[in-house]
Amino acid sequence: MRPLNPAVVACPPSGIRRFFDIAASMEDVISLGVGEPDYATPWRIREAGIYALESGITTYTSNAGLLELREAICADLDRRHGLSYQPADECLITAGVSEGLDLALRALLAPGEEVLIPEPCYVAYGPCVSLAGGTPVTVATGGVDGFRLHADRIADAVTPRTKAILLSSPANPTGAVQAREDLAAVVELAVQHDLYLISDEIYERLSYLSPHVCVAALPGALERTILLSGFSKAYAMTGWRVGYLCAPAPISELACRIHQYTMLCASHMSQLAALEALRSGEADANEMIADYDRRRRIFVKGLCEIGLDCPEPGGAFYAFPSISSTGLTSQDFAERLLYDEHVAVVPGDVFGASGEGYVRCCYATALSELEEALVRIERFLGKLPAAPAAH
Amino acid sequence: MREIIDILQTDGHATPERIATMTGLDADSVRDQIATWEQEKIIRRYKAVVDLDRMREITGIEVITALIDVSVSPERGVGFDDVAARISQFPEVRSVYLVSGAQDLRCVVTGRSMHDVADFVAQKLATISRVTATATHFVLKTYKDDGELLIGATEDHRLRVAP
Repeated sequence: MRPLNPAVVACPPSGIRRFFDIAASMEDVISLGVGEPDYATPWRIREAGIYALESGITTYTSNAGLLELREAICADLDRRHGLSYQPADECLITAGVSEGLDLALRALLAPGEEVLIPEPCYVAYGPCVSLAGGTPVTVATGGVDGFRLHADRIADAVTPRTKAILLSSPANPTGAVQAREDLAAVVELAVQHDLYLISDEIYERLSYLSPHVCVAALPGALERTILLSGFSKAYAMTGWRVGYLCAPAPISELACRIHQYTMLCASHMSQLAALEALRSGEADANEMIADYDRRRRIFVKGLCEIGLDCPEPGGAFYAFPSISSTGLTSQDFAERLLYDEHVAVVPGDVFGASGEGYVRCCYATALSELEEALVRIERFLGKLPAAPAAH
Repeated sequence: MREIIDILQTDGHATPERIATMTGLDADSVRDQIATWEQEKIIRRYKAVVDLDRMREITGIEVITALIDVSVSPERGVGFDDVAARISQFPEVRSVYLVSGAQDLRCVVTGRSMHDVADFVAQKLATISRVTATATHFVLKTYKDDGELLIGATEDHRLRVAP
């Protein structure tokens, strides 16, 4: 047989697969390895989806998605961030941010062009850049200052081939929320080098300590920013696969051209459910967000009390504690914790080299489970031989 | 402050320390606030929400619940209040509301058997002076109680490990 596509063959399989397989084969597992809300979609939104199905709304929509939904999204972005995207040609409904990211990268990148990605970051960023024909260039951030973005370090990685910077605040896996001035400095850098900005803001509503800073709304950013967001996290709608891409018309239209040939449109009933989410899901979303925040505080405090240093996550629903005091690699830590105490966490190195020494714990899980997980992790730590003191 | 009530209404066991961690408030002010509400009788007591159908299935212990509509002829000066107060005194009466509609009072009554409840209505309720009629509705199945959904799967469908 002739060889398959070398670009895909070169793409490493996701590092979490192995843990998924082990965890799936075990009983009595407390999983902090998930990446989605523990809530089902609020009933009024599910009911809108059911009504759509009952009414026989099972057809395609226009490529860009239901105009009503695009109008509602643009109005929502205007209300919350003062952005004035045009529903007609600057907003595209995608099958989640995952598709939006792929469209954005394919619309922007010529072969070999580089995308700067602060890491630790979501596992798909690098591979999506590669699959779009580009070259991912990661820029490390560290737990010492809460995974803060440093524009000067990003600037050091700029080359003549650099095309875009991929940002994500609040971030998976760190839960880090970037300060306005740090994001503004990155925007300034992008202006200076004429780079595009792709901003994945899927966790924007899950910002607990300060109001969300939308990258597109920063001075100078709008014309060069592709804003990606969606309904998965704030409205607990991960399985509906519905998100959006907003960008200036020339970019948005190009993204829509790829989308029309590859996806045609996002699921019709999911779009109607998303519309209901925007119309009447606010109270449900706020209630869930308040609940994540309470669990965040309990869990992060608990991690610190059992001796795992954890930078305070200001957003998303992840804690990213350092496990360097144990002397174990994050892979070893996660594997032994899973085998010994049946607690699943995700080793930090799957999110990039600078994630080594950390593990990702999702606290979108029942409080009683979180407390039991803390008991088990503490017991696990107690059984480890004392690590050599750090220098 | 509203958040303290929200948390306690979901989990009456939540300690002031835990509520303080959850909300970022100071533990002493949470404790003081709860104590004030208890003194002011805003918080009346802490109780468990029990799935009675499940209790019957698993333990065999039966608690019958009935909604009883009571018609009362009102009296000048007191309206329905004196009769409602009388009915409220019975421990088997869990709740009493003055309602709009065809009847005047709606009561929630529990007992060990239908017979128990029927007996209570016949002997105690219907005989109160100025009670002109009663209509008893036995609860056959409870789907949701006090904000708690008692039916449907609560299974976790999520992948155990996901990016």
